[in-house]
Amino acid sequence: MGSVPLLQVRNTGIQFGGLKAVSNVNMEINQGELIGLIGPNGAGKTTCFNLLTGVYVPTEGSIELDGQKLNGLAPYQVTRKGISRTFQNIRLFNELSVLDNVKVAYHSLAKHSIISSILRLPSHFSGEKEMEEKSIEFLKIFNLDKYKNEAAKNLPYGQQRRLEIARALAAGPRLLLLDEPAAGMNPQETHELMELIAFVRKKFDLTILLIEHDMNLVMGICERIYVLDHGQLIAQGTPEDIRNHPKVIEAYLGEEVTSAHA
Amino acid sequence: MKKVKGFWVFLILSIVLYGTVQLLINAGILNQFYSNTLIFIGINIILAVSLHLVIGITGQFSIGHAGFLAVGAYISAIFTMKLQLPFPIAILAGGIIAALAGLIVGIPSLRLKGDYLAIATLGFAEIIRIVFLNIDYVGGAAGMQVSHLTNWTYTFICLFITIVVIMNFTNSRHGRACISVRENEIAADAMGINTVYYKVIAFALGSFFAGIAGGLYAHNFYIIQPTNFGFLKSFDILIYVVLGGLGSLSGAVISAILLTLVSTFLQDYPETRMIIYSLVLVIVMLYRPQGLMGTREITDIFGKWKSVKSVKGGN
Repeated sequence: MGSVPLLQVRNTGIQFGGLKAVSNVNMEINQGELIGLIGPNGAGKTTCFNLLTGVYVPTEGSIELDGQKLNGLAPYQVTRKGISRTFQNIRLFNELSVLDNVKVAYHSLAKHSIISSILRLPSHFSGEKEMEEKSIEFLKIFNLDKYKNEAAKNLPYGQQRRLEIARALAAGPRLLLLDEPAAGMNPQETHELMELIAFVRKKFDLTILLIEHDMNLVMGICERIYVLDHGQLIAQGTPEDIRNHPKVIEAYLGEEVTSAHA
Repeated sequence: MKKVKGFWVFLILSIVLYGTVQLLINAGILNQFYSNTLIFIGINIILAVSLHLVIGITGQFSIGHAGFLAVGAYISAIFTMKLQLPFPIAILAGGIIAALAGLIVGIPSLRLKGDYLAIATLGFAEIIRIVFLNIDYVGGAAGMQVSHLTNWTYTFICLFITIVVIMNFTNSRHGRACISVRENEIAADAMGINTVYYKVIAFALGSFFAGIAGGLYAHNFYIIQPTNFGFLKSFDILIYVVLGGLGSLSGAVISAILLTLVSTFLQDYPETRMIIYSLVLVIVMLYRPQGLMGTREITDIFGKWKSVKSVKGGN
């Protein structure tokens, strides 16, 4: 483990008017870890992702990636620093082809300028060719290359989820945030997805933080888990710790458990 | 490589089209009326294609395009009439100043979305018009006298450059960035696209070509007046884009040609002109709500036709 964690979140939170959606969150994620973020509906998990990716600007605390402060950066700047994400409700570029969806994510890694594209200079052709080759590589990893000319909206649901992950990877992240990657998938698809996540993590030397409701998936692949409830971190630890943590059981099963104990 | 070949085909077709029309004009077969109509079609195509970049590609619903047309028209007229500079320089200056106006308007207003952006752009266009209305240097409400300099050659060169630039821009990583903004702004942002930058670039580029069209437009009449550039003009341009199919460049071109022809030939029936024109719009929107071309390009249809033919040939 390195001395500086890849992602360091200190006392971060956000307030919407009088409502504290998330507060006092502390997280430390090291290079190469696969971390789960769980919690009941409305606990603030996606809000956390939005804070990490710059969609929301935290009203308290700080977020650092590899020692660099991310507070106040726009989402596209955060992505260029090395955090990329998928969305809970799929957000593909529907009318664009599958290949072009990935190419868009590769955009900020390409260099050719607007002028070179308009004048069709050699740098345009070499740049576009490189984008195409790299994008097809990503599609091949996800077994989507056979659909490359299909409009993204025409893909079946499970494939759309995979395309979103492929697209997020093409942006060249060091930290990948997956927001419910297995939502709506059947057990077979979920299993394949788990293997795929493990594979890309190794191949790209990625650090992954994922939100998931499917406990089999979370407990199966995550090394550590953070649990969020009512905007607060209530527990963290290995899957074993979390499974038996009284506060987690309370958060998921309600007060009755504790009152029964008492 | 295939795309490069496509470009040469396009270039040759363009030269043939230009040469044929120029020959017909020189030979006197196309009279003043027809050549004027052709010039007018050319100007309208430039306008339609430049707005297509803003609305169809980048998805920013701007309805103030006539404002930039006005900037180009007045600036180029000042260059030729007051400063006595050559016409090509005047056209270019009109485009550049219109692009600057586009930047000034775009940077604050492109932070707005949907209806709000539409209202803001409409408002800005009106401001531009009223500014010209109140400047005595350009003749105020009475308008400004302009000599007739626009001809088929100038129009065609401008049209050709407009289409090539916008096509090349669209078919590059920059164009894809603009389309991703249209498709899903939040996702585009999350993928590292500077969405504000691309919206402003598309808007400025669109304004530039609207300004170019303005230069041609001004020198195609003998007088320009602020009333020529009201919001009805903006809607005319908007209609070309919507009718052609949002996101289709060839659609914008086809509908600009079609509607210019319809409105030109209806000039003989002034009483029923607007009724028939409106009916055409209503009927097209009823039967093809996605526009004439949808989001497809004419080359897609041609490609499909070719592949169908080759499959049949295989059998």
